[in-house]
Amino acid sequence: MTTTTPFDLASAPADACAALDAYVLALADDALLQGHRDSEWTGLGPILEEDIAFSSMAQDEIGHALVWYTLRAEHLGAASPDEQAFRRDAAGWRNARLVELPRGDYATSLIRRTLFDIAKAIQYDSLRHSAWPPLAVAAGKLRQEKKYHLLHNQAYVRRLGTAGADSHDRLQSALDALFPAALGLFEPTAGEAALTALGVVTPSAALAAVWLGAVRELLAQSGLSAPIASVAALGGDGDGAGAGAGAGDVLRATVAPDVGGRRGEHTDDLDAMLDAMQSLYRSDPEATW
Amino acid sequence: MTPEAVWDVLRTVNDPEIPMVSVVDLGIIQAVVIDAIDAVDAVEGAAGGGSAVRIDMTPTFTGCPALDMMRSEIAAAVLSIGAARVDVRVVLDPPWSSDRIAPAAREAMRAIGLAPPPPATRFTADPTLALTLAAPDEPPTACPFCGSMDTVTDNPFGSTLCRSVHYCNGCRQPFEAFKAL
Repeated sequence: MTTTTPFDLASAPADACAALDAYVLALADDALLQGHRDSEWTGLGPILEEDIAFSSMAQDEIGHALVWYTLRAEHLGAASPDEQAFRRDAAGWRNARLVELPRGDYATSLIRRTLFDIAKAIQYDSLRHSAWPPLAVAAGKLRQEKKYHLLHNQAYVRRLGTAGADSHDRLQSALDALFPAALGLFEPTAGEAALTALGVVTPSAALAAVWLGAVRELLAQSGLSAPIASVAALGGDGDGAGAGAGAGDVLRATVAPDVGGRRGEHTDDLDAMLDAMQSLYRSDPEATW
Repeated sequence: MTPEAVWDVLRTVNDPEIPMVSVVDLGIIQAVVIDAIDAVDAVEGAAGGGSAVRIDMTPTFTGCPALDMMRSEIAAAVLSIGAARVDVRVVLDPPWSSDRIAPAAREAMRAIGLAPPPPATRFTADPTLALTLAAPDEPPTACPFCGSMDTVTDNPFGSTLCRSVHYCNGCRQPFEAFKAL
C-alpha cells in the first residue's frame, strides 16, 4: 500500500465511504464471532491451560470487535456497538463463514484459531499503513495483541502435529474441513477496489498470497499439509518446472474458497449462534448494565 | 488547577488488577489538558467557571475489562480536587507498550511475586513475516523470587489478559509475569 494523500471522509466520494464502512464491518464481525466461538470453551477446555487460553483469546477478540464497532459508530454513522452486535439479523452480518462454523472439537478450534490469527495479523499489519488515519491507528494497536495468539497457536500446532498419529490426524482432518472457509476470509468486501485505489486498504488477494506462504511454512514445520501449490507467475524469470518456489512463483490454493459471508450469505449455523448470543440483550434492550 | 496537581492525584488511582501500581506508573495516561471554563460555558452548569480537564488514557490490552473502572476512578479523582468538568478519553495512538511501565512499578510487581515484563522492542520492530512465522524470540523472564533467568513459559495466557504463566528451574516455583507488549 503506497499513498501520499490521506483519506478524508468529508471529501471522499460516497462510494468510497460506503466501501469503507463495509470493510470495517467485516473486520468487526469477524472478530466478534471468532471471539464468541472461542468463549464456548470457557469451563470446558480439555486442560486448564487451554480453557484459560481460549477464554483469553475470546476476551481479546471481543475487545477488538469493540474497537471496530466503535470506529463505525464514531466516524461512519453506525449505531452504538451494542446495537450493531446484538440487534442485527444474520443477513446483515459480513463475517467470513469460517467464524460462524460450530466450535467442533479441540482440533477444529485450534486450527480455525490458527488460520484466523495468521490472516488477521497480516491484515492488521498491512492496515497500519492505511491512508485513513483512524484505521491505521486501530490496526497498529490490535496487531500488537496478536503476538500471544500466534505464539500460543503455533506452538500447539507444531507440538500436536508432530506428536503422534492420533493428534496429527485430528489436526489434518480439521485443516481439510476448514481450509475452504479459511480462504473465505479473503473474500473482498463490497467496493474494495475503490478503497485499494485510494490506499485505504491492501487488496485481499495480496493479503491471501502472504497468508498462503505463512500457513504453508507453519504446516511444513508441523507435519501437516494444505492444498497450496506454487505456480509460475506470468512474467516470472523461472520456467516453473522446479519443485521449490522460485523467485517468479506465486502461491495458489488448489481448492475453491467457501465464500458468501461478505455478501451476507451465511450458513444456518449463524442463525443459531446469533440466537444464543443476542437473546439476553434482545430480552430487554433498554436495560442498564 | 495545574497539570501537576492532576498528575499527582492520578498517582493515587491504581490498576484494579495490580493494586500497587498507579495508572501513571503503568504508562496509560497519554495527556492531561486543562482549560479554563469561560462565562458562556458556565451557563451550561459549571457555575462559577473553573477548570475543564481532559485526560487521554490508552488501554494496555483493548479487551481489558478494567478499562471502564479505571476511567470512572480517574474522573472521580480529578473531580475530587476541584475540577468543574472531566472528560476521560480513550485513545489508541500511540499504542501502549509494556516498556512504559515505570521502574518503581516494576519493583512493586516483583515484590508481590509478579515478574515485570522484559523489553518488548524486538517484537514491535518485526516485519510481517517474522511476526507470523517465528515464535517471538524474547529473552526469558527473570524469576521474581530468586532472580534466575533459567525459566520457561508454561502458558502465554494467565489469570488476566496482561499476565502469563512461567516456571523457574532455579527455585522450582511457578510464577506469573506481566506480558511484554
